Amino acid sequence: MELIFIEKEEARKVLRTHRDSGMDFLRDLIGMDWGDEGLGVIYILENSTTHATMHLAVRTTDRNKPAIYTVCDMWSIAELYEREVYDFYGIRFIGHPDMRRLFLRNDWEGYPLRKDYDASEAINPIRLTNEPPEDVQRSYEIEEDKEFAAIAKRENFMHVDEYVINIGPQHPATHGVLRFRLALAGEEIRKIDIHCGYIHRGIEKLCESKTYPQLLAFTDRLDYLSAHQNRHALCMCIENALGLEIAPRVQYIRTIMDELQRIDSHLLMLSCAAMDLGALTAFIYGFRDREKVLDIFEEVTGGRLIQNYNIIGGVQADITTGWEAKVKDYCTYQLHKIKEFEDLFVNSIITKNRMKGVGVLTREEAISYGATGCTGRAAGWACDVRKRHPYALYGQVDFKEVLYTNGDSYDRVLMRLDEIKQSVHIIRQLIDNIPAGDFKQKTKPIIKLPEGRFSAAVEGSRGEFGVFIESHGDKSPYRVKFRPMGLPLVACMHKILKGCKIADLITIGATLDYVIPDIDR
Amino acid sequence: MEMKKPIIKSIPYEEFKDNETLEALIKELNKERTNVVVGALDDLINWGRSNSLWSLTFATSCCGIEFMSVGAARYDFARFGFEVTRNSPRQADLIMVAGTITHKMAPVLKRLYDQMAEPKYVVAVGGCAISGGPFKGSYHVVNGVDKILPVDVYIPGCPPRPEAIMYGMMQLQRKVKIEKFFGDKNRHQNPREVRREPIIVTNAPVEGCEKTDK
Repeated sequence: MELIFIEKEEARKVLRTHRDSGMDFLRDLIGMDWGDEGLGVIYILENSTTHATMHLAVRTTDRNKPAIYTVCDMWSIAELYEREVYDFYGIRFIGHPDMRRLFLRNDWEGYPLRKDYDASEAINPIRLTNEPPEDVQRSYEIEEDKEFAAIAKRENFMHVDEYVINIGPQHPATHGVLRFRLALAGEEIRKIDIHCGYIHRGIEKLCESKTYPQLLAFTDRLDYLSAHQNRHALCMCIENALGLEIAPRVQYIRTIMDELQRIDSHLLMLSCAAMDLGALTAFIYGFRDREKVLDIFEEVTGGRLIQNYNIIGGVQADITTGWEAKVKDYCTYQLHKIKEFEDLFVNSIITKNRMKGVGVLTREEAISYGATGCTGRAAGWACDVRKRHPYALYGQVDFKEVLYTNGDSYDRVLMRLDEIKQSVHIIRQLIDNIPAGDFKQKTKPIIKLPEGRFSAAVEGSRGEFGVFIESHGDKSPYRVKFRPMGLPLVACMHKILKGCKIADLITIGATLDYVIPDIDR
Repeated sequence: MEMKKPIIKSIPYEEFKDNETLEALIKELNKERTNVVVGALDDLINWGRSNSLWSLTFATSCCGIEFMSVGAARYDFARFGFEVTRNSPRQADLIMVAGTITHKMAPVLKRLYDQMAEPKYVVAVGGCAISGGPFKGSYHVVNGVDKILPVDVYIPGCPPRPEAIMYGMMQLQRKVKIEKFFGDKNRHQNPREVRREPIIVTNAPVEGCEKTDK
């Protein structure tokens, strides 16, 4: 992948020209520590209509007070991405309205993803005191005569006369350990402050000290409902870098598994969304069907939720005899059962009243926030990676990219049902034609990637999952970045929730269907 | 009167794999004999307590989804009386720590545990809660929940299968059954728990007598 370095003073101008010429989707923003060459940021841009991509980078040699201009006025998602980079590398973004840490505690010492970070317990012990609330937004501006000597400006986030309530981190309806602070006016939401990091495990830093085959285990545990797809992305990235040719049998198995995983995730989403509305019966129905997918996984991979199936150059174990028949039976069963979901849950008047016209995200906002997956497609943005940048067998199979136009909660639920049907359609095309051959190929005992930067992306269950690896030719990577599917979804809650009623927070959160360990990494 | 072997309906006593631990515990408890009346009441109350273990769900990651599976139709832990999950620590008997505990989460977990009423139990589900699991060595992961809470049952796995979660819960049932509820467990303060120093108020301003001390 070709990286174009731009001068930091020019950066905003160059990026704005690119954005105005159609590069309106910021796929990822990656913080980097290049050692002596300084700290920097990589921007991965994409044109949302032509799907042309572009990689740009900005760097600064100042390690003590690194500062780069913000781009959060061009792409809304940059607001959270830049906070993440500030958290991990200490790079301050000039002009960013809210330069607080995103994942770590306010009182955390140091910037963990820097190469010279000291991880000793003495500096950052396990603190059992409550985190001091940081109600002050910090933003940096340039002083007139001094170049890049950014001065800090402070502003209160929540005002004294605002009625603030706290939701999470331990709350059953946030689908994990996400925390919101909301300022309310009556029942209406005025402001929303998102706190992530309650399940931040520092996976990207851990990756830098592990060998490539060891990295694979982490991806399953990012978004456990897209375990196959995540691992597929990482394997694909490493295989592309090594120039490995993947056997057709492996491609078939991987594609089928990806689609089964998608069905599994969507079933869980439907059942949890129903449960959040108070319909516990639908939860039981969803899990009944989901267990059948897990049985299929278990027979071949040995794992239920986390399968550890893809490996570099193939898959862990061959499919068993008679497995195809079971998958086909399941497909018939599932199509039949979707009717039940439609009758009992989706077409129910309660669901319609709670979801129609609620939580609207327009196409432009979805692109600006980079909200891919069902959320983007419900708003009419054709953002399916399987169509945009086909991988595995998706270029050869026939399937429809389902699009809706309203972008409300109800469309996001309908998207899931339609996607299950499309996944079944894909599986049915492949399951009878799995070619004979090896299920894995021999790789060297020690895998070393050639020097360079590599990236790969797959369509996860709830959006685009991307992997970026910078290798310096060692047996472990120099930098690994996973593009979280959920962070853009949480970011766009800012937009969606403003003016909504507090009770709708739960349904909107359920239909966006974020998984927190994927956001926090 | 003596304490009896903890027999639960779900699995025969001999099929459990670690009866020695419990038998040693029973022996220790039997040293000072039990009052017949109190002992009989203990049995009755423990029978009730062990068959209605309400958990505070504290699912942070993958293990939480398996915990949901256990609650759903196929595994259905309502058969054993675990089906009531509480979202408030005040109403829960045990805390299911299902998932990785990070530095940012540790004070929250500790506070929730402190808010629970005695007798309370901790179940560590999955590799992360036991030792940090695959994330051991990370700068932001607590290597085992036992660093901050006293754990009663460990359920290994990554994530543990639903059967394992149920087995772990049954082990907890047995543990509950051999406790002396009266005079012991219900007013038990765990020695490992750090007790808060009481706040001593000094120099409280008293109305009408400001600046009396010279």
